[in-house]
Amino acid sequence: MFSLTPTDEQQMLIDTVRRYATEAVRPAAHDADERGAFPGRLVQTGWELGILPGSIPESLGGFADEYSAVTGALAYEELAYGDVSLALRLMTPALVAVPLLLAGTDAQRARMMEQFLGETPPPVTAALLEPAISFDPLRPATTATRDDEGCYVLNGKKASVPLAEGAASILVYAADAETGQAQGFFVEGGTPGLTVGPREKLMGLRALPAYSLMLENVRVDPGQRLGGEAGIDFGLILAHSRVGLAALAVGVMRGALDYAVNYAKEREQFGAPIATRQAIAFMLAECAIEIDAARLMAWEAAWALDQGHDARRAAYLAKEYAAKAALMVTDAAVQTLGGHGYIREHPVERWLRDARGFAAIEGLAIV
Amino acid sequence: MAISFEIPEKLRQGLQMTEAVAKGVMRGEARRLDEHEHERPATFISLMWPVLREQQKRQLDRQAAGGPKREGLGTLNLNMVLTFEMLSWGDVGQTLCMPMALLAGAAIEAVGTPAQKERFLRRFAEGDAPVWGAMAMTEPGAGSDTSAIQTTATLDPATNEWVLNGEKIFCTNGKLALDESNGIVVVWATVDRAAGRAGMKPFVVEAGTPGVTVDKVEIKHGIRASDTASIVFRDARLPYENLLGSAEVHRTDGTTKGFKGAMATFDASRPLIAASAIGVGRAALEFVKDKLAAEGIDIPYDRPYHALSAVQRDVIEMEMQLKAAWLLTLRAASMLDHGQHNSLEASMAKTKAGKVVTAITQQAVAILGPLGYSREWLVEKWMRDAKINDIYEGTGQINTLIVARRILDYSSRELR
Repeated sequence: MFSLTPTDEQQMLIDTVRRYATEAVRPAAHDADERGAFPGRLVQTGWELGILPGSIPESLGGFADEYSAVTGALAYEELAYGDVSLALRLMTPALVAVPLLLAGTDAQRARMMEQFLGETPPPVTAALLEPAISFDPLRPATTATRDDEGCYVLNGKKASVPLAEGAASILVYAADAETGQAQGFFVEGGTPGLTVGPREKLMGLRALPAYSLMLENVRVDPGQRLGGEAGIDFGLILAHSRVGLAALAVGVMRGALDYAVNYAKEREQFGAPIATRQAIAFMLAECAIEIDAARLMAWEAAWALDQGHDARRAAYLAKEYAAKAALMVTDAAVQTLGGHGYIREHPVERWLRDARGFAAIEGLAIV
Repeated sequence: MAISFEIPEKLRQGLQMTEAVAKGVMRGEARRLDEHEHERPATFISLMWPVLREQQKRQLDRQAAGGPKREGLGTLNLNMVLTFEMLSWGDVGQTLCMPMALLAGAAIEAVGTPAQKERFLRRFAEGDAPVWGAMAMTEPGAGSDTSAIQTTATLDPATNEWVLNGEKIFCTNGKLALDESNGIVVVWATVDRAAGRAGMKPFVVEAGTPGVTVDKVEIKHGIRASDTASIVFRDARLPYENLLGSAEVHRTDGTTKGFKGAMATFDASRPLIAASAIGVGRAALEFVKDKLAAEGIDIPYDRPYHALSAVQRDVIEMEMQLKAAWLLTLRAASMLDHGQHNSLEASMAKTKAGKVVTAITQQAVAILGPLGYSREWLVEKWMRDAKINDIYEGTGQINTLIVARRILDYSSRELR
């Protein structure tokens, strides 16, 4: 039955996350962007909302009936309404937990799942992006070659790895030299040949500590390959990630439009609020349409994933759509504020910088 | 409730039959009807009439028996948009010729009394000859500004009849309703010009009413199979009971129910027009993909920006926009089925669909080069057909205005 009403449980989650995003995150977002980090306390409060444990099935110790991309998308939109850097910061452990859920072997789950149910976020992350203009997530340039002893040897460079500094474990995606397919490998922090580079300086997402990574002959035990000998279908993991990013983009857009609407109704020029002019009102109306469209695209792809349908195309289109719409909407928000929109005292320019990230990043969010 | 995009099995089955008509009948007739404007799609009409007649009959009989208002409550509007999308994929001009009460029926359903429903809608439920209903709002001097209509309805106290005078234009199916069947047209007229919108009332005009003339039929850019009539009223007399809703002009209980109720037909019609647009867009998109595939150009959905050609990017963009518009349309229709107020969402869907399908069909012509421009193929026709969707049932701009007022919480006076 076609319906767009979340379940009661989902609505409770939405309300909880929305409260946190509105009351705790938003007031802290400007300073976090300027300083390059959110206060640890705020991150901890966010972790205590239990979004990730709430998405892990009961059979694996979590609180969910089953894992749901739709529920994740709902939570992500609300988090990003608060701040997208914080959302990515908070959900970095999900970059490992969800691939484990989707593709891990029983042994890998048994070994690694518990850390996601604790009182503090585990120091784990994932590395997918690479510092190349023509980066293709399904065909990474980083390689994994088997040596004589059956271990995998990783070589390559990674970019924008969140929280890599001090990470106990990094899920590194590399092309299997035999098949050319992207596969995941758990690399422990401090493994010889693994170097965490300096913190990256990005246009936006500045409150998210992200690092480059060097892998030079990093040896990984075969048991550390995600999915074991069979490996993974990375396209599926990527589809989940894309839906997550699309939902985050919707949250950013919604925040930007709310702000622009309020501003346009307050700001008077030529003797009337600028919102009473069609030039402004129409721009905002188009933003509202794009936001709803992007949300529906994300939900539909998430729903298809939850149904077990092949949703790669839906997820790809949802993410492309959301990335484009996010730029359009945040740009319109800056434009609505005119000169004031360009000043960092108003958040709209930050949202424009953040929104540009959606076109550039893949695999930085997994619902 | 839970979030679900599942189309019920029953609707999907029905859609297969619709697809067979779209593919087997409409596509084959599409070019001929475009080249021979004002010819009727006889095959399509004769196929659809028994089906639509039985639907209308079941609905009327159920109402007469005091049962629930509509069959299959919960999926009616969803089914309508799915059907319209599919038929319009076949051919939008023919789709518009469906023999049914359509907009007139929606207005009568919204505000008509049980007696009015029986009197005006029974003709759509019986007989061998198809019947059409139509709605007449637009006038030469009143397009988007519907409150500017000049057609008057004056009550003649001597006979208790309404006397209509004025001219309506751009009335879809007006000729089919008045000249070619025993149909009806719901005509908007003012009973009090000074009262503005509050004075506007819908009247049912039956075929054969003296003083009502179909003046001309437009020749058009596209949807040529559809008749677009001008209707002139010269002292056309209607029984008092042909007024839908109350004759009251000034608000007594804080509402103008008749006007609002009938305007609510837009909540149902706009998603239909959006769906219709999307059907045309899908036809063009599928055609382009087929032709490109024949040239060895496939459309990958897992490649990064740099690995795609400009044409591949175009097609992905077209598909993405079409899907976005379609989801907005499904939402607007489904909200009605769930008893939710959907004016905002209906306008969103209509605006988006009208805009993107106009762009998609234009791009389809461009991608196919000289062949796209040729009348040998239907793409150029789809481009012409698509454009109407950004115009009728409220232009893209009017619907954007409605969205703007809603998100800004402004009245029509605050945001003009």
